[in-house]
Amino acid sequence: MDILISGLLLGGTYALIAMGLTLQYGVARIMNLANGEVLVIGALTAFLVYTSLAVSPLVTVLVIAPLAFAASWLVYRILLLPLVRRAKNQGQLEVDSILATFGMGFFLVGGMVFIYPELFAYSYLAVPVDLAGTTVAANRLVAFGGAVLIGLALYLWLNRTRAGLAVRAVAVSPLAAGLVGINVEKTSALAFAIGGMITAMGGVLISTFITLDPSFGVIFTMKALIIVIMGGVGDIRGAIVAALILGVVETAVATLIDPGLTLAAAYTIFLLVLLFRPEGLFGRRPA
Amino acid sequence: MMPASLRPLLVAGGLLGLAGFVPLVADGYWLSIAVTILMYVALSTSWALFSGPTHYIALSTGAFFGIGGYLVGLGMSDYDQSFWAMAAIAPFVATGLAALIGWATLRLSGVYFVIFTLGLAEMIRNLISWIQNNFLGSRGLYVLTDLDERHIYWMLLAITAGVFLFGWRLGRSRLGFALRILGNDEEVARHVGINTARTKILMFMTTGFVAALVGAVVAPRYYYIEPNVVFSPELSFIVVIMALLGGTRRLYGPLLGVIPFTLLWEVISVSFPNATTMVLGLTFLLIVYGIPNGITGLLSGFAARRSA
Amino acid sequence: MTPGDPILFVNNVTKRFGGLVAVNNVSFEVREHEVMGLIGPNGSGKSTTMNMISGALKATSGSITLKGHDLTRAKTFENARFGVSRTFQLVRILPELSVLENVIAGAVFGHKRRWGAEAEAFAAGLLERVGLAERITAPVGSLTYIDQKRLELARALAGEPSVLLLDEWLAGLNPSELKVGIDLVASLRQEGRTIILVEHVMDAIRSLCDRCLVINSGTKIAEGTPDAVLSDPDVIRAYLGEG
Repeated sequence: MDILISGLLLGGTYALIAMGLTLQYGVARIMNLANGEVLVIGALTAFLVYTSLAVSPLVTVLVIAPLAFAASWLVYRILLLPLVRRAKNQGQLEVDSILATFGMGFFLVGGMVFIYPELFAYSYLAVPVDLAGTTVAANRLVAFGGAVLIGLALYLWLNRTRAGLAVRAVAVSPLAAGLVGINVEKTSALAFAIGGMITAMGGVLISTFITLDPSFGVIFTMKALIIVIMGGVGDIRGAIVAALILGVVETAVATLIDPGLTLAAAYTIFLLVLLFRPEGLFGRRPA
Repeated sequence: MMPASLRPLLVAGGLLGLAGFVPLVADGYWLSIAVTILMYVALSTSWALFSGPTHYIALSTGAFFGIGGYLVGLGMSDYDQSFWAMAAIAPFVATGLAALIGWATLRLSGVYFVIFTLGLAEMIRNLISWIQNNFLGSRGLYVLTDLDERHIYWMLLAITAGVFLFGWRLGRSRLGFALRILGNDEEVARHVGINTARTKILMFMTTGFVAALVGAVVAPRYYYIEPNVVFSPELSFIVVIMALLGGTRRLYGPLLGVIPFTLLWEVISVSFPNATTMVLGLTFLLIVYGIPNGITGLLSGFAARRSA
Repeated sequence: MTPGDPILFVNNVTKRFGGLVAVNNVSFEVREHEVMGLIGPNGSGKSTTMNMISGALKATSGSITLKGHDLTRAKTFENARFGVSRTFQLVRILPELSVLENVIAGAVFGHKRRWGAEAEAFAAGLLERVGLAERITAPVGSLTYIDQKRLELARALAGEPSVLLLDEWLAGLNPSELKVGIDLVASLRQEGRTIILVEHVMDAIRSLCDRCLVINSGTKIAEGTPDAVLSDPDVIRAYLGEG
């Protein structure tokens, strides 16, 4: 029961990161391997403003959202759009975007190393709370609550607004979306920016209960990718379920066997998905 | 496809002979640089044999390299095996692992493969650390041999020569032709009768073999093998960068990327150790936005312009 | 050449995509040296049928055999080795290979295999056969649309297939190119090749096909000589709508 609750709480934050990535890959067609670094930037910012200015992460998360949105939007327009335009096919765009976002990821890690080259953590709301007989730290609960709110807002935006509809249309087919008058480049930029925003917000939330250092990004990228593939590319609902599964499995492995094996656990899940359901949990087998 | 010309072979043989004399004139610092360069030439050339034509970006070099070094350390320290026996066994273990990974991922789209290899070195390192701590006892693994830098250099030179010879033969073989076709259009490749999955898995296995062999051969350089050192995710990226910087369309392309980048990396690691990651990032960006076909691409561009 | 015995058997083949039935219980045979037209309105299941023969898609039920080889569950590359070759609806050239290598690609791994000088000579012969002899050293990127189509045809012929699938090979050609294209396919017919062609150009169907199969909404609605099926009331209704 302990494992289940802590796992679900962790999975909530994972879901947020994976949602960010699935927007970027599923809609903007950019396999963003710098996703984890964006998360670490969010976390590092929260840490720095909390320790130096005593600003609550709950404030930081609201401040960082527009900043991350704007930065991601600029990255898409300036760096990624030229790759989209020059790509002759999806395969070439995939290779180019993988290499370019690797470059950006390393660049960001390099920048963060200059600012803070060590492990960082701070104590925020580290008080025990009793939840259905299980003791959990309040910060995990708050982070989970934040993840649920952001996820809900995203869901409503995608399903209740015109812009959200355009995003979903581009996810299904950029070509067809363009034919019905949707500005595909603009919509892709929007989806990419929102993806980056959500990821950075997830980073702020996760920093309240996890110790990080500037180089940890790649692990989160890896986990987010596994979740996205397990959930089915572009499938928000699948990503949420997959994230919760990963959260629970990781927590179980960390508690019952060894905390050093969480990545191996994630890989095992990944392998099972690749072998048995490469189209995702809810995906239909491609014909 | 071309009529087999022997000139490149002669040139390569001449260079090889010259390279063999390096340890007789260089020592200490420069010999160690030369060893590093050879190590990366072997790794990135074999990487390019698979990833160049197929465009499947393999980030598994660090994992296979680590398996080579780790198995040598494990065999010599805990099982009383000779260096030579372990250096012979390790590549086959890596090849087997590559076959399994290839079988699970290479039948699907390229993205799955990249992602799977991305965390592979880290995952194997975690797994091995755990096994070592819980079952084998956390004793250190020592690689004590009579081999000095010169011997390692010559062994690496032999491996590099082998990789080049293999690459040269591959360029003239059906397998190499199949790789080029599937790199252009996998759908067409299947329709002209190419078993695309088998072709990709075979080539991925050869890169795994070479990386583990190189890892095993340079193990005596470390004396003391620790999973944290030999399973370096960074190595995978450096190899990719060097190969792409040089260009993957020519067999000698990666070589032209390895030499400048190794020297640059040496300078940066010594003078600005905090900036290494950033340099890695900037080089990736430079390649994607500035020289997508690498240095060899630039050179052949110049040549084409001059003759035009 | 007069058609010989049947070599390709398509038996009760059905293909479902989720709930959609793209091809519904279709059966037909193709005889050796025969040119068979596969026609029908857009979305009727022609391309799906071609894709099942070439192995790009697997049938949900039914069976396809070619000269005793079961193509139904085989992998795409195995179908090629069993003797199926095809061109694609949207022309697919290998952009980084030379013109000659594009053709050799079809000769090395498929049904009849050649390699080295033999493959080069054979491919050069095929380039001449499709009218590309002068373009043999041209950069692939400089080929015109019809030349790309010719190159793809040469590649498909390079494996000496038992059955050649031409998926709208004449589509997108201008009137003068169309004449050249039809003549080229006609000359393949003269040679006695076995061909299935999916086509919308009615003139081509009339002049090239020994026999036609009409499918609509995934179901076979007519089979016979071009003139017979094109005057069949069911076929006319399928093309013009229920009106």
